[in-house]
Amino acid sequence: MPAPSLIVSSFWNLIVTGQLWPNLLVSLGRVLVGLAAGVAVGTALALWSGLTRLGEDVVDPPVQMARTLPHLALIPLMILWFGIGETPKIVIIALGATFPIYLNLFSAIRGADRKLQEAGVVLGLTRRETVWHVVLPAALPGFLVGLRQALGIAWISLVVAEQINASSGIGYLVMNARDFLQTDVIFDGLLVYAALGLATDRLVRLLEVRLLAWRPATLPV
Amino acid sequence: MNMVTEEATRASEALQSAGPAVEVRGLTREFAGNAVLRGLDLRINPGEFVALLGRSGSGKSTLLRTLAGLDAAPAGTVQVPVARTVVFQEPRLLPWKRVWRNVTLGLRSADPKARAEAALDEVGLSHRLNAWPLTLSGGEAQRAALARALVREPALLLLDEPFAALDALTRIRMQALVTDLWRVHSPAVLLVTHDVDEALTLADRALVLEHGKIALDIEVTMPRPRQPDDPTFGEQRRLLLTALGVAA
Repeated sequence: MPAPSLIVSSFWNLIVTGQLWPNLLVSLGRVLVGLAAGVAVGTALALWSGLTRLGEDVVDPPVQMARTLPHLALIPLMILWFGIGETPKIVIIALGATFPIYLNLFSAIRGADRKLQEAGVVLGLTRRETVWHVVLPAALPGFLVGLRQALGIAWISLVVAEQINASSGIGYLVMNARDFLQTDVIFDGLLVYAALGLATDRLVRLLEVRLLAWRPATLPV
Repeated sequence: MNMVTEEATRASEALQSAGPAVEVRGLTREFAGNAVLRGLDLRINPGEFVALLGRSGSGKSTLLRTLAGLDAAPAGTVQVPVARTVVFQEPRLLPWKRVWRNVTLGLRSADPKARAEAALDEVGLSHRLNAWPLTLSGGEAQRAALARALVREPALLLLDEPFAALDALTRIRMQALVTDLWRVHSPAVLLVTHDVDEALTLADRALVLEHGKIALDIEVTMPRPRQPDDPTFGEQRRLLLTALGVAA
């Protein structure tokens, strides 16, 4: 276990030698791209499955099957299919992010208050307007819960994906440090992962506060 | 004097639109082989205020939902105006839209905001235009729901126990408000209620639904505002309660 002072000084060293920022940006970029892809796919699937009977029949069974598979177990397959470049890393992150988005958004759409939808009907809303004004806003809190879960899984996926043949990123720094027995640098990497995870989670919470301004401030019971 | 002109307006409107606002014949509705409505006939004239009473499970809500177009599979003839809307027991405001946007929801007319403001002013809510619905009190939310219904200028207004969830004082105020609004806008009204006194306070006609049909249909001709100490009030109250199976 390295002394805290050593961790701090090696961290400072990573900054001044210019190793930290480029690798941090690479890792952050992977998470954001993978997350964006996963959120897009999960949202599209959940909308189709949640809003139409046909979509549910087509989408839900295979997605429910696929989600029971630990997605990290697919890494060997990803490497065979996509090689060892950026693609398999992004795909793994996207795959991990898809399922929490899908599950939360699907159940939120289906759980949207029937009584409010009826009110929409008697006010003369079309089906499309009812979805836009009633169902989707009602599903937004569920979607945001899914987004926070997806973000957590994206970071886990990143850590695993970066330990395989990465030539950049925080994971690369950590694996390098392992080879040179630099325990202090490994700790630096862990701290960076924790800080990034925390920062992005706060971002989603901020988004929640903005988007769900209509909810009265919820106090802990 | 004011009342006379309003009556005259309503009468002329009735002549123009020619024919009843609601015409139901032989309406039957079954749920899993259980007939809730059995060949029900109902007629409501334009501008007429009708109260519908009945025990729990007598089919009041089913009838109202059929008239609202919310029930998919009724058998029989149902004629209702296109311009109709419902105020439910719960306000059913969309919590993610500010009050005035709730009022204009689905409203297809020029300058919806101005109309929402006018409607909310009518129900005494002009100071809560931009409030979030979850910050309203029960009475305020129900007034917003009334504004949302009336801004559409309905020819038929369906009220599904709209005051049942309110406290007694708010209920009295809301009943007076509904009477005023009905006088100004003169839609045909069907009020579903459990409350015999409420029916006699508000309506031109009180119906009792029993075994899937209208079992009792009485005219309420007492002058408004109605007084519970009016001898007719007590008489009709007894009549309705007996029909509802409550010994009075």
